[in-house]
Amino acid sequence: MIIIKGIAASPGIAIGKAYVLEDEEIVVTRVDIPRDRLHAEVQRFKAAQKATHRDLDAAEAKVLKLLGRKHAKLIDAHRLILRDTLITHDVPKRILSEGVNAEFALSEALEAVNQQFEKLKDEFFRERRHDLFDVGKRLLAHLLRHARRSLADVKEPCILISRNLLPSDTINLQESCILGFATDLGGKTSHTAILAQSLEIPAVVGLSDVSRRVKTGDTVVLDGEQGLVIIAPTPEAVAKYEKFQQQEIEAERALEALRGLPAVTQDDKRFRLEVNLDTPEEMKSLLALQADGIGLFRTEYLYLNRTTAPTEEEQAKAYVSVVKAMAPRPVVIRTADVGGDRLSQMGIEGPKNEVNPFMGLRGVRLFLRHLDLFKTQLRAILRATVKGSVKIMIPMVSSVAEVQAVRRLLAQATSELQAEGVKVPEGVELGIMVEIPAAAVMLDAFVPHIDFVSVGTNDLIQYTLAVDRVNENVAHLYDPFHPAIIRLIQHVVATAHKAGKWVSVCGEMTSDPHAVPLLVGMDCDCLSVSPRMFLRIKQTVRRLHYATMAKLVGKAAICSDSDDIRRLMREQGL
Amino acid sequence: MIKKVLKVTPRLGLHAKPAGMFVREAGRFKSEIMVSKDGAEVNGKSVMQLMLLAAEHGSRVTLRISGPDEMEALAAIEKLFARKFDEE
Repeated sequence: MIIIKGIAASPGIAIGKAYVLEDEEIVVTRVDIPRDRLHAEVQRFKAAQKATHRDLDAAEAKVLKLLGRKHAKLIDAHRLILRDTLITHDVPKRILSEGVNAEFALSEALEAVNQQFEKLKDEFFRERRHDLFDVGKRLLAHLLRHARRSLADVKEPCILISRNLLPSDTINLQESCILGFATDLGGKTSHTAILAQSLEIPAVVGLSDVSRRVKTGDTVVLDGEQGLVIIAPTPEAVAKYEKFQQQEIEAERALEALRGLPAVTQDDKRFRLEVNLDTPEEMKSLLALQADGIGLFRTEYLYLNRTTAPTEEEQAKAYVSVVKAMAPRPVVIRTADVGGDRLSQMGIEGPKNEVNPFMGLRGVRLFLRHLDLFKTQLRAILRATVKGSVKIMIPMVSSVAEVQAVRRLLAQATSELQAEGVKVPEGVELGIMVEIPAAAVMLDAFVPHIDFVSVGTNDLIQYTLAVDRVNENVAHLYDPFHPAIIRLIQHVVATAHKAGKWVSVCGEMTSDPHAVPLLVGMDCDCLSVSPRMFLRIKQTVRRLHYATMAKLVGKAAICSDSDDIRRLMREQGL
Repeated sequence: MIKKVLKVTPRLGLHAKPAGMFVREAGRFKSEIMVSKDGAEVNGKSVMQLMLLAAEHGSRVTLRISGPDEMEALAAIEKLFARKFDEE
């Protein structure tokens, strides 16, 4: 048994026979071309460029179908390379000046650039050269009228081993019967790794010489979690990994069985389990989860990458589509939490380059300075209320005056719409995001003005502990289990409940199976989680005993540090 | 000929997408657009060459533009940097 350590590129475990893909060494020979035929040679190269463009169109269609728009940008990058002066200009120049065949001129040009890329210290930039090779190989294949290697002749399930795997090879893996792949080259940030993750194919890369050490037919274990390849594993090792695999499959099945079941504890306490939504594009997969509602619809996406502010019509269309699809289940729409830099992009006067944007002009602060933007969004949201159940949430609230100002604006928008003949109901629920400690500490002053509270844990933790998570010197101090956080959330829930208002929690804490027992014990009415963790969190809630968790929170709140809280939870097997 | 030093604004530096946007913008002008960093100078109309600069976030690159529409070209590229290449 030989264990080789590489880089875990895509999680999952595969056990099976190896299929070693011979390195695609296309042999290019130098041919001297007579002077009078050089222009024809350049034309031949141009024809190959055209054929490669057609290839890329086909590849794009495939990626779009399999993975969606985000990944299709990879093909765009390949198109740019194909149009690069290196290809369009340098190669014909080499053909003409050196009097050589197109294949040779191309491979010389590619090699020259490759040598420069290899010198780069930054892995992220160095990995980009694989995209260049991908395009280069497509071109060469056309020049040589050479069919590119294909995985179509792999008929049995196997683990693919090769020196390198180009992004275009990876795209084709899903249709083949490949269980996983291991390569000598590659890094975690290469397009190949990213594609493997999206296609959910286990992969280990950067193994240096695995393609020479494994023979086709060898039994191998691919451990995409630890980044290991095990050649000729002992029966014990195989048994161990088979057990892992089995457990994974069973865990997956157990989660699937929870679809459509309520998030209810062992002692019959029901929680609302909702999901966070970033863009309406995610709606299709989100509907399949059968969540109790959308606890946080972030609307920032509407304001990104554009030069004008989104119109009421455009926004209303987006909100209506989501609200209609979820009806009668509730959708909490959060007004945009954008910063000043977005405004200047949209041609509106606003602060640029704030030194500390986290504490700068953003969220409700910014919108109360630009009432036109705020009212446009409120009107668009109100227009969606007739299509289902809509609630409005305001981000970055730190004073009661802000809530009162929003109330006035909302009333104004409502009566305007009603005057225009839109049947907007009165009393659409309005809530605040509790993320600034001031709002948490004096929530009692806020509750008469609001209908519900949503705790945004990420920012609440960051502001309470004064920790910038992006700052590596202090990131370790960011701690959801800090007793101050537990006490603060507990205080928020108690204050809201006393006034008869409901509490939702969103933010990463709700998607952490270790933190959820505390939120359950605090009696938060609703948890809004990331779609990826939805079933997992439902499983967590359904395994808990509410009364026991309530007692646990009581103990946690008097702990003096987070380690004590974690120990308490461990003792309960959590 | 005009010269200008700009700070690299995209989060991951001048990687594929921003480099692509740079090249598309540069390609609209007749002027020669050269970009240099740490003594290496490359053609601003070639995406591969731009990536070879490995210009990471926060580093500085020097633009050298010469041609009939050099002012317009500089203004367009400066705008791209100011917009942070439309990153989120």
